Amino acid sequence: MNTHAWPTVFGGGESERTRGGCPSPCGLDVTRMLGEDCTASRQWCHADIISTVEFNYSGDLLATGDKGGRVVIFQREQENKSRPHSRGEYNVYSTFQSHEPEFDYLKSLEIEEKINKIRWLPQQNAAHFLLSTNDKTIKLWKISERDKRAEGYNLKDEDGRLRDPFRITALRVPILKPMDLMVEASPRRIFANAHTYHINSISVNSDHETYLSADDLRINLWHLEITDRSFNIVDIKPANMEELTEVITAAEFHPHQCNVFVYSSSKGTIRLCDMRSSALCDRHSKFFEEPEDPSSRSFFSEIISSISDVKFSHSGRYMMTRDYLSVKVWDLNMESRPVETHQVHEYLRSKLCSLYENDCIFDKFECCWNGSDSAIMTGSYNNFFRMFDRDTRRDVTLEASRESSKPRASLKPRKVCTGGKRKKDEISVDSLDFNKKILHTAWHPADNVIAVAATNNLYIFQDKIN
Amino acid sequence: SEHSMHPWSLQLSIPNNLEEMEDKVTSPEKAEEAKLKARYPHLGQKPGGSDFLRKRLQKGQKYFDSGDYNMAKAKMKNKQLPAAAPDKTEVTGDHIPTPQDLPQRKPSLVASKLAG
Repeated sequence: MNTHAWPTVFGGGESERTRGGCPSPCGLDVTRMLGEDCTASRQWCHADIISTVEFNYSGDLLATGDKGGRVVIFQREQENKSRPHSRGEYNVYSTFQSHEPEFDYLKSLEIEEKINKIRWLPQQNAAHFLLSTNDKTIKLWKISERDKRAEGYNLKDEDGRLRDPFRITALRVPILKPMDLMVEASPRRIFANAHTYHINSISVNSDHETYLSADDLRINLWHLEITDRSFNIVDIKPANMEELTEVITAAEFHPHQCNVFVYSSSKGTIRLCDMRSSALCDRHSKFFEEPEDPSSRSFFSEIISSISDVKFSHSGRYMMTRDYLSVKVWDLNMESRPVETHQVHEYLRSKLCSLYENDCIFDKFECCWNGSDSAIMTGSYNNFFRMFDRDTRRDVTLEASRESSKPRASLKPRKVCTGGKRKKDEISVDSLDFNKKILHTAWHPADNVIAVAATNNLYIFQDKIN
Repeated sequence: SEHSMHPWSLQLSIPNNLEEMEDKVTSPEKAEEAKLKARYPHLGQKPGGSDFLRKRLQKGQKYFDSGDYNMAKAKMKNKQLPAAAPDKTEVTGDHIPTPQDLPQRKPSLVASKLAG
């Protein structure tokens, strides 16, 4: 990626509410958008925190889920010949409440409505389908457009009130009239009661008929049409829970081989399983683990090696894992060690004690590939996110914040200074804000468009045209 | 913090020989480990290795019963929305939780601000 053509910002935008303008939502309440000064009343709350971001297969739609159980879908505007410099911008297309908080009466535990993951299905007709999941229940949502309305019913009048059948003297054929576009979301399937533990991943199979859902100890295989049963394909629950040593942290189907999936663990290992070998894939086909130098082992070693995300490359030849301090690229043909290791924020290694005390060491960062698998991206703290170019071996740190994201401005690379003299524009490790975490990022499947979730704000960045 | 409730970390291969550990404080990670042990001297001495993992499996707000939960929800509907509410530690085990003990949760009946 050419560093001179760094993504153009389509973020922030408290002053831009033009048609087709900045889609990025304001962290402040509506009155700020209208120009009033509400710096004192930052009225966003826990529910607004974005918990997942996902582009669909074409990249025309971008879905976000939040802690309040809501889904917001953005759609890319068609390129406009009269405004050639405004590349397809993303505007709100649909929003709906996907999950509600529930109460598990048996265990007296509440079930959060937070959306853990959204995964799109490939488009097969005019409607769009996505799977969204909270800790316990997966739902298949259909998002469809309605731009016509029937008028001239016989049995009811224009208000919808029923007509007296005895007063009807003539029959007419209703006609379809255009109406303002309405986007409707309806739940088509609800896949419930299959997970004792908390769902961390869902992944649609390349067969487009099945998908998997993974919780801390088990992985289930579902058919998209069937909600009353699922097959358990991985079960790592020990007979005696005292013997529990690791949990499943993420799982994903191979992008092309419908019989292959991987799952990662809290011990930093990845297992690749082949569903053709047996019904219960407790025995892996491949086991990926980087050897560790025993003399460097510390109290923190296992915690920071826990994998928070695993993603296959689009090619299907590689997979990427994210642990606390790094991103690793693995060749599926080599189990002994990764082929690439990229340091995300190595300067945090000397802060592990504090990060353990404030629980940040347990933060789960995600990672993603670009469409051509030549670059990877992941988030960090202080609203920083990192991009690594695998071809040129260059990397960059960028910031997703209102102050540094004026619309149509280029993002300036950031640098963290680890000690000694702090240069101008650098930020020292001790000044980093660990409450500003970028856990969720997404890359358009084909273009250089990225979506970055910074707490309750969504930033969409695009490459400069020229 | 909740680190009295993280005995999972105790199952890591912490050197039995404390002197060996003190000698090796050259790496930043080991230096951090020494710092942690200085602050929490009892780390590494509690029995039960998988408590942390089991706590992770059980994550979620625990209420005394469903009546308690419903009362807490009802009280929350009448209150002002707070700024980002930090997650509180679990209220369980020591006493019966009351709605006052519980962190505020806003019911998700309002549309997302992302939707404009």
